[in-house]
Amino acid sequence: MALMKASAFNLRDKFGDWWDGANSAQRTVFRIVLIGIFYALPMLNNPIIDTPETSFSSVLFYPLIMFSLMAVGLNVVVGKSGILDLGYVAFFAIGAYTHAVLSIHTPLNFWEILPFAMAFAMLAGVILGLPALRLRGDYLAIITLGFGEIVRIVAVNTEAIGGAAGLTDIPGPTSILGIEFTVMDPRPYYWLTLTLLLLVIWGVIRLSHRKPGRAWEAIREDEDVAEFMGVATLKYKLWAFIIGGAVGGLAGAIYASQIRSIQPELFTLNLSIMILACVVFGGMGNIWGVILGAVILGYAPEKLRFLSDYRIIFFGLLMVVMMNIRPNGLMPRKKREHFQEKSK
Amino acid sequence: MDFSILISDFWSLGLDGLVVGAIYALISLGYTLVYGVLRLINFAHSEIFMIGTMAVYFVVLQFGFTGYEDPLPLIKFIGIFLLFATVAAIVSGGSAVLLEIVAYRRLRNMGASRLSSLISAIGASFFLVEVFRKISDSKNLDFPRLINKDPFFTVGTLYLSADKVLVLVGATIIFLILNRIINHTKLGMGIRAVSQDERTAILMGVNVNRIISYTFLLGGVLAGVGSAFYMVFYETTKANVGFLVGISAFTAAVLGGIGNVRGALVGSFALGLIQQYTSAVLGYNWRDVVTFVILVLVLLVKPTGLFGEALQKARV
Repeated sequence: MALMKASAFNLRDKFGDWWDGANSAQRTVFRIVLIGIFYALPMLNNPIIDTPETSFSSVLFYPLIMFSLMAVGLNVVVGKSGILDLGYVAFFAIGAYTHAVLSIHTPLNFWEILPFAMAFAMLAGVILGLPALRLRGDYLAIITLGFGEIVRIVAVNTEAIGGAAGLTDIPGPTSILGIEFTVMDPRPYYWLTLTLLLLVIWGVIRLSHRKPGRAWEAIREDEDVAEFMGVATLKYKLWAFIIGGAVGGLAGAIYASQIRSIQPELFTLNLSIMILACVVFGGMGNIWGVILGAVILGYAPEKLRFLSDYRIIFFGLLMVVMMNIRPNGLMPRKKREHFQEKSK
Repeated sequence: MDFSILISDFWSLGLDGLVVGAIYALISLGYTLVYGVLRLINFAHSEIFMIGTMAVYFVVLQFGFTGYEDPLPLIKFIGIFLLFATVAAIVSGGSAVLLEIVAYRRLRNMGASRLSSLISAIGASFFLVEVFRKISDSKNLDFPRLINKDPFFTVGTLYLSADKVLVLVGATIIFLILNRIINHTKLGMGIRAVSQDERTAILMGVNVNRIISYTFLLGGVLAGVGSAFYMVFYETTKANVGFLVGISAFTAAVLGGIGNVRGALVGSFALGLIQQYTSAVLGYNWRDVVTFVILVLVLLVKPTGLFGEALQKARV
C-alpha cells in the first residue's frame, strides 16, 4: 500500500475508480463519444493541435496511429508476457514487403493481401519463436535484435525484392464502401487503421481476460512457477509472439500501401526501439497506457520541431529515466486483476 | 559460393581472423566479466567501445595529420599509439563506470526486474549512439594512416604487416596482465568471489558495489584498448560502429561460454576465423548474418558455450 500511495499520479487508478462506479449506459456513451472523437480527429482544423511542418492528418496516420497499432501489438509480447522483443520491426517489414511484392507481381488487391501479410508475419513469428522462446530474458532480447537486423540485411542483399533501392510504384488499396484511397489524402488510411486498431484492441482485451491472458501474466510474473503450476509456457509465449507479429505485419501492409515505395532503410532497429519506448513510457501491459505512450511520443517530435532532430536521444534518455523513476510507465497496469475480481 | 579465394588466401585470411579475433576478445571480456558479477548482459558495452574509438580519433586529430604524409617511424608510432590507447582506456573505463551508476545501480538496489535493467541499458545505448551521431554529423570519421602497412614478411600467401603484429602482440600482453589481475590480486579475488556467490561474498566482507564498479572499469578499459587496436587496423569509425562489433564480441563471449574469461578468448579467435573464412566464400555482405546464425545456433544447442559459466575457476 505504501508503494501505491507514493505514486499518487496514477491515471489508471483514478479513471478506474470512475469506471467501476459507472453503469453500463454511462460506459457505452463514454465509449461511443471517445471513438467518435477519434474518427473525427482528421476533420478538425484546430491550430492548437495542428503540427507546424507536416499536415496534421498525415501525422495522424504516421506516426500516431501506426505507432499506436504497433505498440498495441508489441505490448502483447513485452507488456503482457514479459518477452523483450527488440526486433519487432522485422514483422512490420515482412508485412510491408508482402504487400509490395504481392501487389506488384500478382493480381491480388490490398484487401486480399492483408491476410497474407499477417500470415507471413505469423509464420516468421513461429520460425523465430519456436527456437528462440526456449531462451530467457537477455538472450532472447539479443536474438530478436539479431532477427530484426537479419531481415533488413537480407532485404538489402536480395535483388529480387529491390535490394537497397527497395520497391516503388506499390498499388494502394482499392476503394471500399465508397472511400477512395489516394496518394494525396492520408485520411482514409487513418480511418482504416483506426478501425483495425479498434478490432485489435477488442481482440487483445478478450484474450487477456481469458486463459491466454492469465497464462501470459503468470509467465511474466514468474516463468518457473508458471511452468510448475502447469502453464504450457512455450505454447503461450509462442502465441503472444505470433499475435504480436500478426499485428506488426498488418501495420506494415497498410504502411506500404500508403507510402507507395519502401526501402530496407525504413525498417531499422531505431523503429523497434521507438515502439518499445512507446510501450515502456505509456505503461507496459496496459493497452490504454501504451496507446497514450504512442500518441505522446509520436506527436511530441512533430509538434515541437526542435525535438524531432533529437528524437532518438530523447527516447533513449526517456527509457533510462522512466526505468529509474517510474518503472511501470505513465499508466501502469493494475496488478493481479483476476485475483481482485474473484475476491470481490 | 566461390571457394577460390578461400583456397588461394587461406593463410592470410587466417591471420586476419586472428587479428580480428584479438580485437573481439578485448571487447567480449567486458561482456563476460560483467555477466559474471551481475548475471546481466551489459547492453551498452558496445557503446563503451564506440566512445573509445571516438577518443582515439580526437586524440589523433590533435596531431594534425592529413593522412597523406609518410608513415611514422616505428618508435614515434608506438609512442603515439601508447598515448591514444591510454586516453581511450581512461575515457572508456570512465564511461563504463558512469554507465553503471546511471543505468544499473539504482535499479539493482531497488531489486527491479531484469527486464527493467535491460531496457534502461538499451536506452543508454541509444542515447550514446545518437549523441555521437550528432557530434560526428553522421559521417564516417577516417583515421590517418600512421603506420606502414606493407607486408614486411611473406611466406606463400601469408603477408605479415606491422599493424597486425602490433595487434597480436599488444593483445597478448593485455591478456597476460588481465590474467595477473584476475588470479593474483585482491580485486581479482573479489571479482571471482562475487561471480561465484554474491551473498556469501557480502557476508565475507566484500564491498559488492565497489567490486561491480571495478568490474565495469576493467571491462571499459579493455574495450578502450580494443578500440585503439581497432582504429589502427580498420582506420575508420562512426557513431554506430559499436553495434556490429558489439554483436560479434557478444557472440564470441557466448560461443566460449559467457561468464568465462578463457571461453571469451577462445570464442573470439574462433569467431574471427569463422567470419573471415565464411565471408571469403559467401561474400562480405553476409558476414553479419553468419554471426547472428552462429549466435542463435550456440544459444539453442549449447547455451553454456564451449567452456560453460565458470569465471571463478577461470584462467586467462
